[in-house]
Amino acid sequence: MAEIEVYKRTPAEQALLKKRAKQSMKGQVMMFSLMIFLTLVSFSMVVAFQNDVAGFSKYFIVPMLMLFAAVQVGLQLYYFMHMSEKGHGIPQMFMFTGAMLGFLIPLTFVTIVWW
Amino acid sequence: MSSVAQKKGFGATLWDWLTTVDHKKIGILYFLGGGFFFVLGGIEALLIRWQLYKPNNDLVSAGLYNDLITMHGTTMIFLAAMPILFGFMNAIVPLQIGARDVAFPFINSLGFWMFFFGGLFLNISWIYGEVPDAGWTSYASLSLASPGHGIDFYAIGLQIAGGGTLMAGINFLVTIINMRAPGMTYMRMPLFTWTTFVASAMILFAFPPLTVGLFFLTFDRMFGGNFFHHAMGGNTIIWEHIFWIFGHPEVYILILPAFGIFSEIFSTFSRKRLFGYPSMVFATVLIGFLGFMVWAHHMFTVGLGPTANAIFAVATMAIAVPTGVKIFNWLLTMWGGSIKVTTPMLYALGFIPSFVMGGVTGVMQGAAPLDYQLHDSYFIVAHFHYVIVGGVVLAILAATHYWWPKMFGTMLHEGLGKVTFVFFFIGFHMTFLIQHWLGFWGMPRRVWTYMNDQGWDMANLISTIGALLMAVGVIVLVINVIITSVKNVKVSNDPWGDGRTLEWAIESPPVFYNFPTTPLVRGLDTVWIEKMEGNEAGYTAAEPVKDIHMPNGSIIPLLMSFGLFIAGFGAMFRTETSWGLPVLIIGLAWTFVCMAARSLQDDTGYYIKKEELLRDMKRKGGQA
Repeated sequence: MAEIEVYKRTPAEQALLKKRAKQSMKGQVMMFSLMIFLTLVSFSMVVAFQNDVAGFSKYFIVPMLMLFAAVQVGLQLYYFMHMSEKGHGIPQMFMFTGAMLGFLIPLTFVTIVWW
Repeated sequence: MSSVAQKKGFGATLWDWLTTVDHKKIGILYFLGGGFFFVLGGIEALLIRWQLYKPNNDLVSAGLYNDLITMHGTTMIFLAAMPILFGFMNAIVPLQIGARDVAFPFINSLGFWMFFFGGLFLNISWIYGEVPDAGWTSYASLSLASPGHGIDFYAIGLQIAGGGTLMAGINFLVTIINMRAPGMTYMRMPLFTWTTFVASAMILFAFPPLTVGLFFLTFDRMFGGNFFHHAMGGNTIIWEHIFWIFGHPEVYILILPAFGIFSEIFSTFSRKRLFGYPSMVFATVLIGFLGFMVWAHHMFTVGLGPTANAIFAVATMAIAVPTGVKIFNWLLTMWGGSIKVTTPMLYALGFIPSFVMGGVTGVMQGAAPLDYQLHDSYFIVAHFHYVIVGGVVLAILAATHYWWPKMFGTMLHEGLGKVTFVFFFIGFHMTFLIQHWLGFWGMPRRVWTYMNDQGWDMANLISTIGALLMAVGVIVLVINVIITSVKNVKVSNDPWGDGRTLEWAIESPPVFYNFPTTPLVRGLDTVWIEKMEGNEAGYTAAEPVKDIHMPNGSIIPLLMSFGLFIAGFGAMFRTETSWGLPVLIIGLAWTFVCMAARSLQDDTGYYIKKEELLRDMKRKGGQA
């Protein structure tokens, strides 16, 4: 029953929104390429390790994979799930609190429960 | 539905309360449900004290004594303190932020009914005759060895009630984040709203561990699981960790709203802005945060080793800092204020020394080496009753007097209120102060009786007399409530005359849509600002009068919770009866059918027309 209001944008507004959408699209494509690149590098590292390419030891690859994975999670959250945009402060706070507790509590468990 | 008062039959009234999604009515339901369990837990406490008033007493058997202490603790924490606080949050927080309801009215109702059926399930154990008897902490090896269905009632009952609490917590978070009136920035929120917010965030993070722990316990006891069976590769200590990862934040979930209540009362009756408001907010958030980092201080004697004990001891000490900040802020709020000692203010004044004493003994136990001496003695009993009764229960009683006019539209008698306070306060200190010494003199907690001439006889007698005085205080309160309700003298918007926050800008009790127009918030203590500038209406509207969208009531929350209640009995009797498994499946299926019914139903609520609002406003003599 709420009345539907039709709001017409002014040309200036339209131009601004268009510019922002364009920038956002540019960011999305760039980050998408970066993520594909990181995935490619990750797979190449593992293949290199399996084929005994010199320098690609397990102790180098595992931490690197973890690092890339963390970067990918960040990109996923901030770009594709739009957490970089305005008004996401509260969800961020709750997510990080949850992640911190989810890290700290298992850490205590492995250090003082299953010693 | 119409806002014009109509005479309704008993059936219609009952149906209205069973299906309500109005936050004010759900608040009253929580208050009444919690009040009922508070009396029940109080009777259990009196039986405990009666058993202990003299040495070698045989009022109750050792087994029944275990039932009593377990159910007293469980009932008071989960079914009395939390629901009553939820009652106040429901009744007051939407009003304080200028909202018309909570964000999810349906879930609000579901949360209440799950609490109700969970509490009922737990207490049916008394009728069935097999009662939880492993203490409110229900440590795993003991609770796994407990014969009969007692612990099953605990695990399933708390699981259902805990689900309701989690829903209520999420609902308040969303409400406070999204439904604040224009101008109500975070740093203008009243302290009760702030503490509700932080307590809700703690519920969000603390209740899932409880859910997991209770499921493990349920599986171990009823479905052949081995999570806590050390002989089967499980680990009995895990229960303690999981329980206290939930259990420690739980005590802050209780105490933070209590802090909020007292902050409102101090500033209202000192007729001054709350001293150090930003530091109060910061301290609340910090307490909420640190509350998750200290659970192992309940387990110093488990054998975690000196390193772990030291870390958790230091973290525990840290909590004293923000709590101290709060205490000093309250004192400085009163400093130079024009203090009016009403009943709520009396409770607030009594709260400060009582709670500080509980806090100081807490720091004593936080010192791990000393805790080895204090562990499992009456000192612990004294400590946590000083914190919970001296903090939470005093806050609940204070809020009952403070917000009674807003919730029920009548004013509790001040004289009787003060009588309640005197009996309760003296009784409280008499009961628990002496228990510190009982602990030092070596009396262990959770013993059902003791030998004479160990130096404990007189102290226990004093403690029991104190408990009776507290009971007298509560009875006076009940009489007060009955007299007030029978007299039924309606009061104005701001019966205390010094209201500062938005709930005092509207009539008592508020109309079902709360605010005819959404208020504009111009600062902290917005009603005070308006009053000082001579605005009799109490608030400035942020918008013209227009149609209001309201949700429809629904019976589905009650039915949905009832399915879980039935399924609980099925799970409990699954192995020993032929009907157990079908009942478990039917109960769960019933709940899923209700959920499907809710999802498929196209209920978009209804509108209150502008004309009706204008008519209401005109009848009350205001201007449109």
